[in-house]
Amino acid sequence: MLSNRHLLGLKNYPPEDIQTIIDTAFQFKEVLDRPIKKVPSLQGQTIVNLFFENSTRTRISFELAQKRLSADMVNFSGSGSSLKKGESLKDTVQNLAAMKIDAVIIRHSVPGTPVQLTKFIDAVVINAGDGAHEHPTQAILDMVSLQEEFGSLKGLKIGIVGDMAHSRVARSNILGLTTMGAHVKLCAPPTLLPLALDGFPVNISYSIDEIIDWADALIILRLQLERMGQTLIPSIREYRSFFGVTSERIKKHGKSLVIMHPGPMNRGIEIDSDVADSKQAIILNQVLNGVASRMAILYLLLGKKNLEKSD
Amino acid sequence: MILKKQPSSLLLKNGLILDPYVKKTYKGSILLNNGRIEKILKQDYPQDVTVFDCTDKVITHGFCDVHVHFREPGREDKETLKTGCNAALSGGFTRVCVMPNTDPPLDSPESIRFILEKSKNLPIYVHPIGAITKNQGGRVITEIGEMIKAGAVAFSDDGIPVSNGQIFRLACDYASMFGVPTINHAEDPCIRRGGVMHEGTVSAELGFTGNPDIAESSMVNRDLEISQLSGVHLHVPHVSALKSIEHISKRLELNQNVTAEVTPHHLYFNHESIRSFDTSFKVAPPLRTEKDRQGLIKALKEGIISCIATDHAPHTIEEKEADFNEAPFGMIGLESCFGAVNKVLKNEMNLLEIIQLLTVNPRKVMSFETDLFKKGVEAEITILDPNREWVFGLDHIKSKSRNSPFIGESLLGMVSGCFSKGNYFFLS
Repeated sequence: MLSNRHLLGLKNYPPEDIQTIIDTAFQFKEVLDRPIKKVPSLQGQTIVNLFFENSTRTRISFELAQKRLSADMVNFSGSGSSLKKGESLKDTVQNLAAMKIDAVIIRHSVPGTPVQLTKFIDAVVINAGDGAHEHPTQAILDMVSLQEEFGSLKGLKIGIVGDMAHSRVARSNILGLTTMGAHVKLCAPPTLLPLALDGFPVNISYSIDEIIDWADALIILRLQLERMGQTLIPSIREYRSFFGVTSERIKKHGKSLVIMHPGPMNRGIEIDSDVADSKQAIILNQVLNGVASRMAILYLLLGKKNLEKSD
Repeated sequence: MILKKQPSSLLLKNGLILDPYVKKTYKGSILLNNGRIEKILKQDYPQDVTVFDCTDKVITHGFCDVHVHFREPGREDKETLKTGCNAALSGGFTRVCVMPNTDPPLDSPESIRFILEKSKNLPIYVHPIGAITKNQGGRVITEIGEMIKAGAVAFSDDGIPVSNGQIFRLACDYASMFGVPTINHAEDPCIRRGGVMHEGTVSAELGFTGNPDIAESSMVNRDLEISQLSGVHLHVPHVSALKSIEHISKRLELNQNVTAEVTPHHLYFNHESIRSFDTSFKVAPPLRTEKDRQGLIKALKEGIISCIATDHAPHTIEEKEADFNEAPFGMIGLESCFGAVNKVLKNEMNLLEIIQLLTVNPRKVMSFETDLFKKGVEAEITILDPNREWVFGLDHIKSKSRNSPFIGESLLGMVSGCFSKGNYFFLS
């Protein structure tokens, strides 16, 4: 089914596997339109949602995907590092693994923890966001949404606007989209961009107008206000003035442009309410596609086991 | 590792004697008498002596490491002076300088005496480096003179940069009257901003906060200017960045009294290793780019960096099994040092030049005796099998900790044994 046992990130992920996940997501999206939105694909499989960092939409999206696939699931949430509570990450997950689980969905504030997990336990590991490293399921749901809008990802022009330095969504999207043949431009002030972008096939622009003019779709990232203590930007007013996606800017260019945002939004800062609620915004459809995409990923990584069992 | 007392008369027979002091290599044997060098022989061996066959082996000076952390007092769960000395011996080191970032720090003559007292009967020489400020707090300079009288050989707050330039100047001014080296862990804390790895392409991809090379080089440059003003000998520890080398090189051209060291891990690895998320590679200063690594090798060849020091930094397994941000900085390095360094430098310089980086040159930094094959000198000898290929593993680790990035690496050249303080040990 898929060539990797885990989904840790989209770096070097095979394009044919990304396409398989996207295609499968559309099949599951149909399931979500049925009166009874449930299939027995993962019956008997146990999944742990291991959320070391706060999350609302990603956790609920995963939980719903698991329920719709009839998997058994347990939730573990703890803020910050488990080490601070006296137990190491290794001990925590080995304890969980001892209770016979099939998969772990992990979110953690530190890059690489999903990779470390694969060394500690023998279960399928899915990365639900690790620090500023990767958030592959978000990128996949974004690609599902884009394919739904445009029919194909090849040759699409995608502008990613906002705090790339602290964004796992940006990294996974750049890797996934460029793997699938789309072109990506970044738009942010230098203080919100990593110093060395040699590893990413992207261009940078400091002009939001240029990006709006160029792009077929914009992925607008949340300005992480909690990080502004580091004074990475002089003020929110100045950020909005130079990088805010305002209705005036969109109108000025007078073109159709798909607007996306992974949420949660800071309305009136990186995106105007008018823009977020406009017809061209597919933000809520992204959320629905999130459930379908995660169903597809879980099914492709865990469903095969069920087939083997029934043989 | 079995340590034995040296017989009163001992012949290290038929080895390749490599004398890094006179810079000569020749076949011969060394006769020891009561633990001291008696004479070097090429034939006419005496009878009635215990013979150690050194055929196909290199006989050279015992290695000297000017930068290790033995964690005693305070963190004896990571390392003790005793286990640290065992690690050193198995790596061919007969003399080490221990850094003062213990708990409490070595910031008083009493604590210096504690180290010397505790290591008196250990099989190698241990020299304490005193803290440069009280409690390594970066505010008040320590009793440098009293600590020298007690046996401190240099001064540093290693692990913690002296970020206040005025305090560092005071320390340098004051230390200059004693002629001892001052050492500053050069990483500007503001520019480093909590970075856990080198800031570059890999940190950008992995999403880690990066620690840029200028955090090091800008502080190295500050330290060079301050120490020139003071006229003190500045020793720059664990140089990791090409930009720092450029600053040091300019000062050497002006004949400033500056020396510098590089670690085996900065010579061997670069920041690409962090892609594994293996916390063994987390170290301060961080592993940098391939260009920096090549720059460090070139600086050794050109003499800009004069010695190799391991910065042996033991941490417990539990601490290192944490996530990458949480795990502490540092790695052990004594046991793997020669095999790693010899492998990296083999095609760059000859064995005699490599050995100098581990013997004469570090001893010069600390003004230790460098002519070790002179008659009457207490034997500090290391026996090497320089062409032996081996895979470094847990079995080779004598330290109390195991945080080595070299585990599983194929190394070139192995330490066979050491003679030190009237004892000897052989690994094989």
